[in-house]
This record gives sequence, C-alpha cells and structure tokens, in this order.
Amino acid sequence: MDFAFSTEHRALRRLIREFAENEVEPLAAEIDREGRVPFETLGKLGQIGLLGVCFPQEYGGMGAGEIGYCILMEELGRVCTSTATTVGAHIGIGAMSIYLDGNEEQKRKYLTPLARGEKIGAFVLTEANAGSDAAAIRTRAVREGDSYILDGTKTFNTNGSFADIVTVLAVTDPTLGARGGITAFIVESDMPGFQVGTHENKMGIRGSSTAELIFEEVRVPQENVLGNVGEGFVSFMKTLDLGRLTLGAACLGGAQAALDWSVRWARTRRQFGEELAHKQSVQWMIADMATQVEALRSLVYRVAWMVDTGQPFTQMAAMCKLYGSEVASRAIDVALQIHGGLGLSRDFLIERFFRDARIAEIFEGTNEIQRIVIANNIFRRHGVRIRP
Amino acid sequence: MDFTLSEEQEMFLAMFRDFSAKEVAPNAEELDHAEQPPLGVLRKAAQQGFLGATLPEQYFGAELDYVSYCLLVETLAQDSLSVAVTLVTHVSLVAMSILARGTDAQREEWLPPMAAGEMMGAFALTEPDAGSDVAALQTRSTLPHPLPAREGGLPSPPDGGLEGGAAALNGVKTWVTNGEIAGLFLVFAQGPEGVDAFLVPADAPGLSVGYREPTLGLRSVTFNTVYLEGCRISEANRLGEPGTGLTIAQRAQDRTAVALAAAGLGVAEASIDAAAQFAAERVQFGVPIAQKQAIQGYVAEAVTELEALRYLVYRAAWLVDQGQGAPFDFSVVKAHGARVAYGVTNRMLQVLGGYGYMEDYPLARRYRDARVLSIIGGPTELQQVRIAQKVFAEWDVEIVP
Repeated sequence: MDFAFSTEHRALRRLIREFAENEVEPLAAEIDREGRVPFETLGKLGQIGLLGVCFPQEYGGMGAGEIGYCILMEELGRVCTSTATTVGAHIGIGAMSIYLDGNEEQKRKYLTPLARGEKIGAFVLTEANAGSDAAAIRTRAVREGDSYILDGTKTFNTNGSFADIVTVLAVTDPTLGARGGITAFIVESDMPGFQVGTHENKMGIRGSSTAELIFEEVRVPQENVLGNVGEGFVSFMKTLDLGRLTLGAACLGGAQAALDWSVRWARTRRQFGEELAHKQSVQWMIADMATQVEALRSLVYRVAWMVDTGQPFTQMAAMCKLYGSEVASRAIDVALQIHGGLGLSRDFLIERFFRDARIAEIFEGTNEIQRIVIANNIFRRHGVRIRP
Repeated sequence: MDFTLSEEQEMFLAMFRDFSAKEVAPNAEELDHAEQPPLGVLRKAAQQGFLGATLPEQYFGAELDYVSYCLLVETLAQDSLSVAVTLVTHVSLVAMSILARGTDAQREEWLPPMAAGEMMGAFALTEPDAGSDVAALQTRSTLPHPLPAREGGLPSPPDGGLEGGAAALNGVKTWVTNGEIAGLFLVFAQGPEGVDAFLVPADAPGLSVGYREPTLGLRSVTFNTVYLEGCRISEANRLGEPGTGLTIAQRAQDRTAVALAAAGLGVAEASIDAAAQFAAERVQFGVPIAQKQAIQGYVAEAVTELEALRYLVYRAAWLVDQGQGAPFDFSVVKAHGARVAYGVTNRMLQVLGGYGYMEDYPLARRYRDARVLSIIGGPTELQQVRIAQKVFAEWDVEIVP
C-alpha cells in the first residue's frame, strides 16, 4: 500500500492552492454578497487548464485524473463553496457526462471546448415534481425526422443560466420507465426555444447560479443524443456517481477550513483569563473535528484512486457525499459555536461557510437517497432489493 | 400536579395567535429580507399591552404571569424569531430588571413608557473582550458608591459628593440587542467596588449607537456597538444596590433563558408544521414522501423532542412565577431549547430538500434564525458549566468556567 500523493499531484496542489488563495479567496465574500458568478475566475481557471483537470490531454484536458480533480475541488472548497459549486457543475457533471458517454465526434466538438474553459457546461435533470425520484421527469423528446423536439421545464439548474452546453434528460418513450424510456441530449444554449426562467434566491452558495430552464420546442439534431437512446438514466447515474465523490472532496476543503479557523480563534480569544485553546470543551470540539476531517480525507482520496484504477465505486462515492456533507456541516457548525457572536457576523467568513455548507446535504442526491444507494448495494449481495 | 393551561391562559393564547397571524406572519419575511426592525409590529403589540406583558397594571402593564408571557413569546416566534427576541430583550432583560431592582421613582419614570412602546429597552453587557466572562468587563463607572447614611448624620450626597458631571461611564459595548431602536439602555460597568448597573437613556450625552452588525439570522433585530464616552451619570441612574450589577445581569439572563427557550419552542413548532404539510403534498416515487419511513422518522423524532421541550419550558416559566428556580434549572432549559430549536429546524429543512434551501420559503429564514439560540444569552458551553457545577457540587468538586 502507498498513501502518498505523486510528485505531479503534489505540484498540482501547490499550483491550485496558490491560485485559490490569490484569485478565488479575495472574491469569495464579494460574490456571495452580490450574488454573482465570478466569470473572471472561470476564465483564469480555463487558461491554466484547470477546467479540464481530469480529462485526457487529447480532449484539451490536463490528464490529472480523478485524484487531480478531487485536489481541485478540495482546494476550491477550502476558500469558496460557490466557486467550487460552479466548477463542479461544469466539470463534474456537465463535461463529465460527455466524457463518459459521448462518441468521438461529440467529445471533439463539445468536451474539448469545455475542458479548455472556452465553453461552460451544465447537466439538467430536476423538475418541479422530480428530484430524488429522477425517473418521474416529464420533459419530453419526440422524434421528428432526424431531430428530436424537446419540451419541458427543468428547475434548480446549477450554471443553467449561462451554460453554453447543457446535457438534458428527457423522456423518449413514456411507456418505458427509467430504464429504456429516458434519453440524454446535448443541447446548445443558442438553439431556438432554449430559455432561462426564474433565478433562485438561495440561503447559501449565492455566488453560484441556480435557475429554471424552459425548453420550448427545442429542435436537437439526432447526432446530439448522448449515449444510446433509452439509456439516459443509466448514463446519468454514472455521471452522478463521480459528482458525488468530488462533492465529498469540496466538503473536505470546507471542513478543513472550519478546523483551521477554529484553531486560529481558539489561540486568539481569551475568556476567564486564558485562551479558549485551554478549555477542554473547545479542545474536544477541535479533536473531534480533526478526526472527522482526516477520516473524510482518507475516504475521498481512496475512492478517487478506485476511480482512476477502474474499480467499481458507486457505493463508495455515495459514502463520500453522505459523510463529507455531514462532516462539513458539523465542522462549520462547531466552528461557528467556537467563534460565538463573531461566528454569526456577516463581516466574517464563518457565517458564509455556514450558509454554504447546508446545501451539500441536499443536492447531487439528498443524503436520504445516498443512504438508500448504500443500503441497496449492501443488501443486494444478500438477495434483497430495496425500493426507494 | 396539573399540566393544563388555565382558562385564562387558553384565552390569552387564542389572542396571541390571532395577533401573530394578523400582524407578524404577513410581515416577517419581508422585514427579514429588508433587515428592518419590526417597528410597525411593535406599535401594534404595544396597543395590545404586549410590551408591558409582565408589568403590573399600575405601570400600565398587562400583568401576565410568566407562563402566559412565554406562550406569547412562543407564538410570536412561530412567525418571527426576530420579533420574539426584540420583545424578550425589552421585557425580560430590561423592564423586569427595573421592576425587580428599581426604586419607586425609577419604576414610575421608565416602566409606563416602556409598556406603551414609546421607549424600547436594550441590554448592554457584552464587550469585545467580555462575553461569557462577564467579570472581565472593561467599561468603567467613576460614580463612587454612596456612603451609608448614618443615623443623625448627614445623608449621602446624591452624586457621591462630586461636582455635577464628574461621574461618568466610559467603555464600548458590542452586540447590544435593540441598540438602534432603544430609548433606554441597561448598562453594566465596573464601579469602585464591583460591577454596577445603570439605566441610561438613549439621548444621554456621551452615549452613542454605532455599527450595526450584519448577522446570519435575526436580521430584523438590530445588534449595535454602543460607545460610552464620558457619559454622565448620577445616583439617579444607578439600578439596584452598588456592586450588585452581576447579580442583576444574572437574574435577567435567567428569566430570559426561559423566554428564549419558549421562542425556540415556537420556531420548532413552525418548522414541523411546514415540513409536515410539505411531506403530505410532495410526491416522489409515486407516493407522498410522508409515506417514506425516513421522513416519518425525522418528523416523529422532531415532535418527540418538541413535546419534551414544551413541558421543560412551561415548568421553568412556572418556577419564575413561583419565585423559585436555581441556575441549574435555567441553564437546562436554555441549552435544551437551543438544541431542539436548531436540531428540529435543520431536520425539517432536510424534509423540504431544495425548497428548504431557497429564501423564498420561510424555512431557510427559521434555520438561519434558530442558530443564534445556542449563543445569545449565554452560549450552551456556559450553560453546561453551570449544569456540571450543580451535578459535581454533590461530589465536592468545585468547577470554574
């Protein structure tokens, strides 16, 4: 066994950390306050090649694999959850869906500009009545000649309002269910009938965009079917598995930041004649936080290694998302408690991290769904099939 | 024992609900997003007598018992924790301290305008380097403690024998709740022999209200820095006996602990209501998610915690009415109320999923609001020290914070 990062990955982390501290962190409070997406940061990330960190070089990527991608998400999560969210939606589910299921031509045409950061991607699934129950989507795709006509409304779409290339799940055969009836399409935002609806006003990750997308008779050429017709749901699950792992990595960064700030404050703040660091209640909070952060770190990079070495990882990725989001929420909650009133002030970053952390227990499959995925994988080996 | 509310308390409760539904609920969301103090709501509340809820009729109060008052706080908090905290600061921290320790003249002067809502109370205890550690206060009072009047001798001069204006308060108070809207500040300062409490009107020369904190939650409450720069005081400003400031502060915070737990009760109730309604209507995998055992578990656990808290709160309020209750009792209800309010709201947000995270639904506001309860009025860690002190006292272990 070998738990050390390679020389290349260590160099990559240095590069990303420097970028995160110089370019991302200084904007984090501002984009949260103004509720705007930091396009200038996306541009710079693209120039360095980081928006294609995990994709092969032949498609404009950096070739740093899933471990490299997790390093990126961890380092971004450490300084700005909004930026991590935008980047995660772009690479992890937008571009990734095309990388996993696209044919050679689609990869050249769509993945390459996404990996280079020339175009921004998104993956849209959720509808008003279909969230956890992804198979209940109603957006329709009807075949017409050598095209499909898409009709429907998608909600809560990260990056949806400005993405150039959007992977959309739609029903091609209502008589078949999730397996066989749903197909993935690559839609370009300048196709006629593609509209951006209302923007969500969120509690956290306010520096990322969540919007409604309306597809009104959008004509999508047949060659934009991603993967095989009727296999959209399967392809979506594959993409989402990877997204869950990298969300866990972003949560790791957030939890690490909460720990670092807590230690700093415990050394600064004096009450009852001594530093908080000398109070056992605070020491225990920090000890628990550090233990959970280290357990999460091991989990995240072990699963990233499983992905890079071609092992099955569905159950493990669900664990990364579930454990990561809960560790991060708990860590920032404890950090807020250690900071007391200062933790509640919007002049200081703990408050922002606190609002930002909560969503990780909900998006990319609620934690309830992760538990079902994990239980399902466990019980399947015992011949029990679990229905959600 | 009798756990039922009296007929009168039931009647009050119906009135509180009616008021909150008409006056608080329609405004709460907008006040939070605009970060406006609820001045209109307070005006209406004053007309109902709520701003003098527990004060005697002679001061134009509503003369409610503390249990009824907690029902009021609980009801208001169902719709807005900001409104509840503004009221609790005014009534439990300030007005009731004046009622308990003020001279007749002080009560006559301050309580009627407070009950009428013409003057809001603010509590100025916390400082940059003194939060939980209140003995570390840096604000100074130069007002000497009066000499005890000797039989047959001269009475103590009213301003300690100094020329008028020589006695003053100097210091900085932070996170003063109601700072911006207050007419009267209850200020704590180090005197020559221990901590003293003073009643300082907002227009007193040398008192100025500064920076308003932007906060995670309670965005309709104004938390301000208050500067005391040569703020002139005399014996007339002193509340209670010299050197008893910490006792006054502690009693006020004990009463407030119960009211804040009542507010936590209200937040938890409202969150559960919203989540139950959502779960009954939201269909996933072909059935309302209320049919899912995971959701049932969240809701059932929340309701269990809520009901346990309810009777802890009402009992603690009853203890206040009886003039009983030890630090232990108030710390238990404070810590538990905060934990349940936040824990339940957090879980109920999860039931709503993405909708719970959107600011267009009140659950996100309740979640941001509820988090303050384990910090404001003495953090949970301090309550735990006081609880442990009682437990270990029986084993001869002395615990210092």
